[in-house]
Amino acid sequence: MSVLIVLVIVSVIVAGCFLAAFIWSVRKGQYDDDYAPSVRILFDDTVSTEDKNPN
Amino acid sequence: MQLEQSTLTTHVAEPPVTGKRETFFYDNAIVSNFAIATIIWGVVGMLGGLYVAFELVFPKVLNVGPWFNFGRLRPLHTNAVIFAFVGNGIFMGYYYSIQRLLKSRMWSDKLSKIHFWGWQAIIVAAAITLPLGITTSKEYAELEWPIDIAITVIWVIFGWNMFATILKRRERHLYVAVWFYIATFITVAVLHVVNSIEIPVSFFKSYPVYAGVQDALVQWWYGHNAVAFFLTTPYLGLMYYFMPKAANRPVYSYKLSIIHFWALIFLYIWAGPHHLLYTALPNWAQSLGIVFSFMLIFPSWGGMINGLLTLRGAWDKVRDDVILKFMVVAVTAYGMATFEGPMLSLKTINAVSHFTDWTIAHVHVGGLGWNGMLTFGILYWLIPRIFKTELYSKKLANFHFWIATLGILFWVIPMYWAGFMQSFMWKQFTPSGQLKYQFLETVTFMKPFYAVRGFGGLLFVTGAIVMMYNLFKTIAKGKIVANEQAEAPALVGAYTRHKGEHWHRWIERKPTPLFIATLIVILIGGAVEMIPTFMIKSNVPTIASVKPYTPLELQGRDIYVREGCYLCHSQMVRPFRSETERYGEYSKAGEFIYDHPFQWGSKRTGPDLAREGTGNLKKSNAWHFNHLDDPQSISTGSVMPAYSFLIDDVLDTTTTAAKIRAMQKLGVPYPAGYDKTANQDLVKQADGIAVDLKANGIKVKSDKEIIAVIAYLQRLGTDVTKNKVVVENK
Repeated sequence: MSVLIVLVIVSVIVAGCFLAAFIWSVRKGQYDDDYAPSVRILFDDTVSTEDKNPN
Repeated sequence: MQLEQSTLTTHVAEPPVTGKRETFFYDNAIVSNFAIATIIWGVVGMLGGLYVAFELVFPKVLNVGPWFNFGRLRPLHTNAVIFAFVGNGIFMGYYYSIQRLLKSRMWSDKLSKIHFWGWQAIIVAAAITLPLGITTSKEYAELEWPIDIAITVIWVIFGWNMFATILKRRERHLYVAVWFYIATFITVAVLHVVNSIEIPVSFFKSYPVYAGVQDALVQWWYGHNAVAFFLTTPYLGLMYYFMPKAANRPVYSYKLSIIHFWALIFLYIWAGPHHLLYTALPNWAQSLGIVFSFMLIFPSWGGMINGLLTLRGAWDKVRDDVILKFMVVAVTAYGMATFEGPMLSLKTINAVSHFTDWTIAHVHVGGLGWNGMLTFGILYWLIPRIFKTELYSKKLANFHFWIATLGILFWVIPMYWAGFMQSFMWKQFTPSGQLKYQFLETVTFMKPFYAVRGFGGLLFVTGAIVMMYNLFKTIAKGKIVANEQAEAPALVGAYTRHKGEHWHRWIERKPTPLFIATLIVILIGGAVEMIPTFMIKSNVPTIASVKPYTPLELQGRDIYVREGCYLCHSQMVRPFRSETERYGEYSKAGEFIYDHPFQWGSKRTGPDLAREGTGNLKKSNAWHFNHLDDPQSISTGSVMPAYSFLIDDVLDTTTTAAKIRAMQKLGVPYPAGYDKTANQDLVKQADGIAVDLKANGIKVKSDKEIIAVIAYLQRLGTDVTKNKVVVENK
């Protein structure tokens, strides 16, 4: 069952990398400006309420 | 004015980063098509569910065989609600939101239309083939190979149109919902293709290339991810668009949505083995599945919390707005289902819950609550908008909300209770160490609960029909804005990375690297789990006495598959005393090496059949004949449909040669040239059974289908009891 050990190692490495990347990104404040897109979707670019021919 | 303009420009240090303002039109016709399909298929799928629910209450009345038997209709219900109701719901919300998020019309109207009509054609094909018994028997992947190919083609068309639209978009940033759609497209494509690799025997019949334990792992890797990437990720995308829109507030935390997205897609792909705990699947694969299933609670709840907190400070709106009410119940149900999921993945809890109706209750919290209620909320929001009118009746919508919420409660509470009781009755011993309950006693115990569940379903369907009336009235009084005019600046110039920017921003702007990154993340998960199982032979110890099925048994097995017996009867004895006492020796991986497809099942409405031909469980041919003909005459209170038509239908032996050849191709060791002589063996074995039946006073010709089914049932489990030596492959 050596494959079990391999899998545990692989899983731990992957999960560890993920955790490290997460902590790193939070500490660096990388997501601080990730706000504007959530507001922008609330604004519609629609200019007319009437049905128009696309041509 | 002139002066103001020039003053303004002098203040701007950099050249404008936006391009020329462009006018374009959103395609609302495709949204409307998918919306109408969602409403109609939703009602159809739920009515199907209602019918099969009451089949368990009134088995003799409602099982109008063979087409309307539980085993044939239950896959029709699951496929209809998953792929027809939720599927069309996904595409409805997707086509509405992605055009607005990318500030672009779909790349090709033609592809959108092919996608719509192709998807409906697949649904119709499913609705015809499943009642006819044309099935692969892999849950939620029952459709046979020609339909599998059609699904692949239509899915690629959907993805092609999506990526082409992403490439010509006017909004650089890909909003979180778009990522969810991308992940959905890629993962479902990979899952569907891998799980559908099969060898056709005829136009309507195929065998999967995987056998036994490997087939089970691939199937549940698919099965769980169908839940993850068809019922969850696209709906999270819809939640991230429509919930902020309906509440007119930005999502609580955009940061959380990014983390939640990556964590979710990475973890989900590993969770499949939790469907196979305590089975013959190698233990390491089970453990891996448990660990990742448990971790899933974090990203899942991240999504739920993000959804609910979007309404922070706006809960007063929920009081008045029926759309938000639907969405709140949906997100709450998502939270409950994703809390329960990791709990059910724990071995101790799974030992109790697995094979019981608890699982059915669990999926209906997700299905009725999360998918159903969110779809209803989106429909009520979207239909009046694209038809430029007010909702026909707010009162009816409120009525729908309350009756649907009540329906969910009436549905799930009795089933949780019943599932729990069912399990404990299976496991109960008397003080002297005997099993306390006959299996049949658990079946009759369940009936009142099935009836209350059916009532809950009735309430839920009633709500959906009221919604259909309300929305069709709304459509009738409005007029569709098929092409909605919008304006946005074009994207200009290549994006230059500015100092101190996070790497994630780069990938957010690039659909192709995002596509590749998502694919890699998903494939790592799948490959790590599956490749060792395929490659390392020691995972499946071979058992010398396990032999291929005889031609008659093989034909009988295919009828067992056709009739959907696996939907109520498992073939997997787990290593618990309560199971080994009831069914015999626990199942081993090596027993299933010739099983294309595996028939382990996922719930026990009827008893396990893995050892049906052995020990105390062995019955006479006459017993099987009478039981299949009229189950209630042998087992009073049984909910099994009657299979008397098997006595009249003649077994089609013209397929035997092709089936033997397909099995040989898959590595089943029939002697060379056996396909030519297989039918002689078949007739000989069938005659033997017919003679035995005649000796017991049953006159039936040996060429009937029932003979083959009896032969298969009598074979079950006998290989292992013949010789108990397990040989590890070196």
